[in-house]
Amino acid sequence: MKTGFNFAYLDEATKRMIRRKILKAVCIPGYQCPFGGREMPLAYGWGTGGIQVTASIIGKQDILKVIDQGADDTTNAVSIKNFFKRVCNIMTTDRTAEASLIQTRHRIPETTLNKDQIIVYQVPQPEPLRKLEPKEKETRKLHAYKEYALMHVKLYEEISQFGSVIKTWAYPVETNNRYITDPTPIPKFDNPKMNNMEALQLFGAGREKRIYAIPPYTKVKSLDFDDHPFEIQTWDECCSICGSTKSYLDEIIINNEGKKNFICSDTDFCKSNLEKNK
Amino acid sequence: MYVAVKGGEKAIKSSLKLLEKKRKETGTKSIEINQIKEQLSFAVDRVINEGSLYDKDLSALAIKQSQGDLVEAIFLLRAYRTTLERYAYSTAIDTSKIIIKRRISASFKDIPGGQILGPTFDYSHRLLDFSLMKEDEINSYENINNQEPKNKEFPSVIDYLNNENLLEQEINNLNDNPFDVTRDPMKFPASRDQWMQILARGDEGFLLGLSYSAIRGFGSKGTHPFVGEIKYGIVDIFISPDELGFEICIGEIEISECQMIDQFAGNKNTPPQFTRGYGLTFGYNERKSMAISIVDRALKSEGYGEEIKFPIQDQEFVLYHADNVEAQGFVTHLKLPHYVDFQGELNLIRKLRNEILQGKKL
Repeated sequence: MKTGFNFAYLDEATKRMIRRKILKAVCIPGYQCPFGGREMPLAYGWGTGGIQVTASIIGKQDILKVIDQGADDTTNAVSIKNFFKRVCNIMTTDRTAEASLIQTRHRIPETTLNKDQIIVYQVPQPEPLRKLEPKEKETRKLHAYKEYALMHVKLYEEISQFGSVIKTWAYPVETNNRYITDPTPIPKFDNPKMNNMEALQLFGAGREKRIYAIPPYTKVKSLDFDDHPFEIQTWDECCSICGSTKSYLDEIIINNEGKKNFICSDTDFCKSNLEKNK
Repeated sequence: MYVAVKGGEKAIKSSLKLLEKKRKETGTKSIEINQIKEQLSFAVDRVINEGSLYDKDLSALAIKQSQGDLVEAIFLLRAYRTTLERYAYSTAIDTSKIIIKRRISASFKDIPGGQILGPTFDYSHRLLDFSLMKEDEINSYENINNQEPKNKEFPSVIDYLNNENLLEQEINNLNDNPFDVTRDPMKFPASRDQWMQILARGDEGFLLGLSYSAIRGFGSKGTHPFVGEIKYGIVDIFISPDELGFEICIGEIEISECQMIDQFAGNKNTPPQFTRGYGLTFGYNERKSMAISIVDRALKSEGYGEEIKFPIQDQEFVLYHADNVEAQGFVTHLKLPHYVDFQGELNLIRKLRNEILQGKKL
C-alpha cells in the first residue's frame, strides 16, 4: 500500500533522534528528557507525544493496540489506530495479550503485561511539580537537587484538610528511589501495576517535548506516609456485564431517572472475563 | 440512554461525511485556490506565518479544506511542513534591499526614500460596501499604471539615531547555529533567536492582546513606544551551501517588518538610551509585526536588569502559550473522554461527603 509518507509518518532521522532520547530516558528512570518534538497531524493534547514514541519504535512485525480510557473502541483510540494502519500498514489488535506495542491514554490494561511488550503512555503534563511551581527553570532545579518538599507538604496538607490524599488520578510516584514522576492521568488504581512491571514503560509528551521511561523491573512507589498508606479505589458494585470485582469500573447512567450501572473500563478484559465465565 | 464515545469507527466516518456535506450543502460553486490567494490574501498570509511555511498555494488549500477555520488551516500547514526535509538554513535576509510596497515612520516626518503609504485599510472608512454583495466581474488591475518606487535601497530609518549613540546597538554577531524551534525543545532562559521564532509563529490574537496589555498599563513603566519604521515588501532569500562556498539566491518572499523604539532609563553602567523592539513576519501582517516588536522589547527586560512584574515580560508565560497549534490542541483535548478520571473524582467526593455527613471526621 502506498501512503505518500515514510513508514510510520516520521522521517528516519527524526525517528533515530527520538530513539536516542528513549535510550537516555531508559538509562535515567523517571528523568524527563527534552526532545525535538515534531508537529503531528493529530492535535496537541490528543496523544502526539505517545504517537511520536510509537512511530519511532514500531516495526513491520509489531502488533499494535491503542486504548483510551481503557477501551479500544473510543473515538480517539480508533483514530490513532487508523493513523498507524494508514502510515505503517501493520496489524492491530484489541487483545492485550496479543499486542507487542500498546499505546494508552489514562489506563493500564488489567491483564498483566509481559517482558515482550512495550506500553507507551500519552502524557499531557510530564512535570509532576508543575501545579506547585509553574516555572520550568525552577522545577528542573528541584529535580536535580531531589528537592521534593513541595510535593510532600502538598500531600500532608490534603491529609490534614480532608483526612486523606485527595489525588485520585495522576497520583505522583517515585521511580527507582530517585525522581518523582507523573504516571500520566491514569487512576491511582493503576499505580501498583507500574511497580516492577515486566514490560518497558515509555512516556511521550508532545506539546511539552519530553520523553521519560520506566525500564522493566523498576521500583515505582506511590508517595504516601507511614500512618497514611497509599490506597487504591474500591467499589461496592461489580461489573454489570462480566461480574468482575477486581477491575476499574466506569459508571454509566442508564435512564432519565439517573439509575446507575457499573462496567469495566478495560473493554478487552471485560470481554475475556465474560468468555472465561461462560 | 447510554451513548458513550464508543463505537468510534462508524461515528468518525459519518462525522467526516457530515463535515464535507457542510461545505457542499446547497451546491454552490467551488472556490478556486487562486481566488482565495488573491481575494482572501490576508487570511493566506496569516496562515503562512503561523503555519510557518511560505507557500501561498498550500495556505489557500488549507483555508479551503478547513472551510475558513484559520487555526485549523494553520494546523494543516504545520502538519505538512513537519514532514519536509531540511536542506539548508538561509543566510540572514537584508531588509534594506527590498522591493518596497509600503514603508512608513511615525517618528520622523520625512525620511530618506520617502514615506510610502501603499495598500492599507488604515484610511479606508469601515463602511460595508454593499456593491460587493453582487460583484459581477473583477477587472484585472495589471494594466493600471502603478508607480513602483525606483529606489531599491531603504536603510533602516532608526539607524540614523545611531550617529548620536541614542539607540542601543543591534547585535551584529549572528549566531551560526541559530536556535530552531521546529527542531529543538524550548529552553530557559530563552535566547532572542528562540523567542523571535516563537513570536513569528505565535497566535496573532494572543500577541496582540499581550502587546496591548503592555502599552495600556501592564508593561514596563508605562512608557509609550514609537514606530521607528514599518516596511512591507519583497526581499531575496539566499543560501550558502558548504559545497559552493558562496551565496546563491533561491527565491523571494514578502515580508512585514516593524522597528519599535522604546525608552530605557539607564543604570549604573549605561546612560539613558532608546532601545529596540523588532518584529518580522512573512507576507503582509503589519498588525502582527507591530505586536511582536512590543513583546520582543518586553522580553528583553531581564537583559536590561528591569524588574519583571508583568505577564508580557515573563519568558515562560509568553513563549509557552503563544503557539495556537499547541494551545488549541490542549484546550480542545478536554472534549476527549475523561470518564476514568472523573470516576475517580466521583468516588472520592462521595467518600468525603459520607465521612462528613456521618460526622466521622473534621
